[in-house]
Amino acid sequence: MEEVLRLVVERYNYWIYITLMMIGLYALIAKNNLVKKIVGMNIFQTAVILFYVSIGVKKGATIPIIEHNYDMAHQAIRAADYVNPLPHVLMLTAIVVSVATLGVALAITIMVYHRYLTLEEDEILKQIRES
Amino acid sequence: MKNLGLLIVVLVGAVLIYATTDFPPFGDPESPASLHVSPRYLENSLEETAVPNVVTSVLVDYRGLDTMFETTVVFAAGVACFLLLRVPRRRTPAPRQYRHRLTGLTFRIKDGGEISLPLQEFEPMESIWTPHDFIIEKVCCYLIPFIQLFGLFVIAHGHHSPGGGFQGGVILGASIILLSLSHDLRTALKRMGEKTSALFSTFGVLIYAGTGALCLLLGYNFLDYQALDPLLPGGPVMARYHGILLVEVGVGMAVMGTMIWIFRNLASRGRHEEGL
Repeated sequence: MEEVLRLVVERYNYWIYITLMMIGLYALIAKNNLVKKIVGMNIFQTAVILFYVSIGVKKGATIPIIEHNYDMAHQAIRAADYVNPLPHVLMLTAIVVSVATLGVALAITIMVYHRYLTLEEDEILKQIRES
Repeated sequence: MKNLGLLIVVLVGAVLIYATTDFPPFGDPESPASLHVSPRYLENSLEETAVPNVVTSVLVDYRGLDTMFETTVVFAAGVACFLLLRVPRRRTPAPRQYRHRLTGLTFRIKDGGEISLPLQEFEPMESIWTPHDFIIEKVCCYLIPFIQLFGLFVIAHGHHSPGGGFQGGVILGASIILLSLSHDLRTALKRMGEKTSALFSTFGVLIYAGTGALCLLLGYNFLDYQALDPLLPGGPVMARYHGILLVEVGVGMAVMGTMIWIFRNLASRGRHEEGL
């Protein structure tokens, strides 16, 4: 029993991200509307971002900005006092790139709507088959 | 399709949750991700680059090439939106409506028609007319300069506090987007034209790559800011510090220009006449 509880308490954060990620994946697979698919894609990306940031967390650590005086004098730096900066760096760029991909996805959606006058996937497929 | 999708999602989720039992616990300082590369960055960043914010120094210095191509991806997305959506201005003007400022009379110009009256007395109208909200417009007028000032602060102070080129660039872009949301697209275009935003995003990437090429010309590796020592004051470590600032400004310009560019193309479906 204690083993199971420890498992839950230590790793429930991953389960939250997996739930979010699966919500996004379900939207990508099952939703018919293209805009809803894009929303699903964004939820998926957010889950990945949260996952990466949570990897960098260290218990009792502070943000990765080294404490220093005005003349850059500082005490000995212990890596355990600062959270891991690498996931933050990777996700910082990933957020901006996800905005850019969202823009391109919406642009393509606008072109699709312009041509087929609908955003429902099955109706678009029907029009493609008929033509 | 829905049931199949649900099945796939549940299966993948179950496999992933099973895999988490091998993961390190949440907040574990001894987790493998925090043991190998990141302690070196944390311990040496201040001596090597004089930048206390390790995220900035890793982003622009240690992993500078990665960030350069991320900026290029953002720029490429802006160009992709432009190429997909932008339609050239029509040779013959479309039917459009004007309102006389003094009398409030509205005129509708036929397809291809020309207007011969003095234009400064008329203002162009949207085809779907939305009333101007005085409070929103005034509040945004006072907010936008401060938002832009804060964006510049975030870019310039990214070495010592959370911030940097990406964040500040997005804030600057949001201020112009707020202008086009609170007024209309035409007002924002008058303040900052399409060419300006495109040039901003191009020159941002150019500044980044140019800094790298400058290091190359001075006989060091690509994006090794130590090479800028003869050009900048303060010795080789401070050269890295200033090199990072230079690149952050480039990133901020690129991100700001691209955000505005993408928004305009999306909002007006590439026509840049009327939009949100």
